[in-house]
Amino acid sequence: MNMSNNRVLTMARAGREAVKWEMENDKNVFMLGEDVYKFGGVFGTADGLGEIFGADRILDTPISETGFIGLATGAAIAGMRPIVELAFADFIGVCYSAIVNLAAKHHYLSNGEFKVPMVLMLGSGGGYNNGGQHSQALHACLAHMPGMKVIAPSNAYDAKGFMHAAIRSDDFVVYMGQKRTSGVGFFGAPIPDSMSEIPDEPYTIEFGVARTVKEGTDVTVVAISWAVHQAMDAAKELEKEGISVEVIDPRTLVPLDRESIINSVRKTGRLVVADEDYQSYGFTSEVIASVIESEPNVFKSAPIRVANPDTTIPYSRPMEQQVLPTSARIKQAILDVMK
Amino acid sequence: MLPDNETRVKMYRTMLTSRHMDDRIMELYYKDKTPVFDIAAGLIPGEIHSSHGQEACAVGTVFVLGQEDWITAAHRPHHTAIARGICVKKILCEIMGKANGLSAGRGGHMHLYSKEHKFCSSGIIAEGMGPAAGMALASRMQGKGGIGVCYLGEAAVNQGAWHEVMNMAGVYKLPFICVIEDNNWGVSVSKAASTAIARNSDRATSYNALGLYVDSNDPDDIYNKMTEATEYARSGKGPVILELKTYRLQGHMLGDPQHYVPEEEKLAFRDCTIDYKNKLVNEGVITESEADSIIADIKNEVDEAVEFAIKSPLPDAQNALTGNFV
Repeated sequence: MNMSNNRVLTMARAGREAVKWEMENDKNVFMLGEDVYKFGGVFGTADGLGEIFGADRILDTPISETGFIGLATGAAIAGMRPIVELAFADFIGVCYSAIVNLAAKHHYLSNGEFKVPMVLMLGSGGGYNNGGQHSQALHACLAHMPGMKVIAPSNAYDAKGFMHAAIRSDDFVVYMGQKRTSGVGFFGAPIPDSMSEIPDEPYTIEFGVARTVKEGTDVTVVAISWAVHQAMDAAKELEKEGISVEVIDPRTLVPLDRESIINSVRKTGRLVVADEDYQSYGFTSEVIASVIESEPNVFKSAPIRVANPDTTIPYSRPMEQQVLPTSARIKQAILDVMK
Repeated sequence: MLPDNETRVKMYRTMLTSRHMDDRIMELYYKDKTPVFDIAAGLIPGEIHSSHGQEACAVGTVFVLGQEDWITAAHRPHHTAIARGICVKKILCEIMGKANGLSAGRGGHMHLYSKEHKFCSSGIIAEGMGPAAGMALASRMQGKGGIGVCYLGEAAVNQGAWHEVMNMAGVYKLPFICVIEDNNWGVSVSKAASTAIARNSDRATSYNALGLYVDSNDPDDIYNKMTEATEYARSGKGPVILELKTYRLQGHMLGDPQHYVPEEEKLAFRDCTIDYKNKLVNEGVITESEADSIIADIKNEVDEAVEFAIKSPLPDAQNALTGNFV
């Protein structure tokens, strides 16, 4: 791959680049959703694409999420490859049936007669004081349901590769981008490690293959999306205190690379799982259960979850920080699991 | 445009196929659930929403459509699927959960699919709206000239999905038709109790759509209005709401006591298969004895399909675990 030009992009720009390339190379790919044509999508994924491809292929919709997700499902069944922009993940509440009963079920219920090659883009997560209805991660509400692949990249390189893979996939894929990692201006300066040097060429990343962000020997920290960066901050601090932390980013919740996680815990014997979503019945529980089912005797100490403690996300800064899986909370969990 | 006589006889035969299939399903359904009604028991478990009384709505509309057009059917899909020409054996096998059903037993009676027939269905009220509109959009984007048709009942018009999609179809001027089969009942709630206006086709005004209404439950009248609807949709002018007054003769689902339906309303129920036969005989399209032999033919065909389905194998239980992804 050509890495010579040293293009460092944000996640939003990297994802947009993949969308643009796929739309240029496959006339069946089109985007529809909220504020895509002129605004470029709330999170910038369609920035400028309206001018390039026109209003028929960058299709603004009314605020009718049930309607346009159902419509995209039908378009996908009939041979198109729609990319749907749903802005905030919180809004799945108004269109959950279209997601889980239409897009996610038609392939199975039709015994594969119909495919639903569709991408649903969601902006997830908080940390910028936007209140309880615009800050949720909601990974588990989607990953829990069969029939959809769920990806939550943490950096720009993955964002581009997974966007190419998602658009080309014949399955229904939910693409969750955390807003604070997106690099879109009004969400603040991007987290430096979420930006990546991006090859010019298109490339895909295989679903269900975790990335070891940092190798270590004492504790395994599994984190997804924005929490990956918090885990890395904690790991770097503890490195100075002599604790060797391995950080694993599964990158896709469905399929989940259980094998890589289990292999890491076999090595370290200790596990912390960090996720911005609600704790109970969530990603953190799923990871721990998966390791215990496979390796019940591997643990030197009880695993620890660092997630939202099952509370509505508050607005005020100190309260919101209290419920996020911040590096401070992850660091404390690592110290606890080392006891 | 009214159908020619050859089409009318085909429509009659198709109505009878649907009716006799539903009669046989009903017979088998109850036989296995007597004396104690257990919804999980027998050859045909689960809910069955039979199409008794609504067959005219299917033939009168589907017979106007072409191979390029797309259909999403409702939770009550038998008559629509049969009118579309989907194999009765495969439908029955799916309803009995057999390995050679349309979806190899993964779907069941509310989830009938056929790619060859561009036919999908969905058991959740009004949720066929979005997909049918999307199929219309895809057809237009691909230059294939097809239209999307969503079938649903009058109670579905009170779903948010219905209004969202009608509005989008109006905004995008989609080649889309919503066929409302108005049987006056959403399970046990009457249209009068659930719906603020008398005619749902009047809602077309809100969505810059063409609203059409047929009150006769007669296949010829329906065919005529559906011809107007498809011409309008194909012309690029925008979507159509086609409202059809019909009758639900066996309740919401088999086993529904229908105690909530007033006696005078039940007495006024019309059976479109009998009305249409009488009409065809009175107009000299077929003779009484030809009608009798058509009925006998159809019964034989359907009975053979029922026997085929009964003898067909159940799927391997392990098949439950695959198929969520390509």
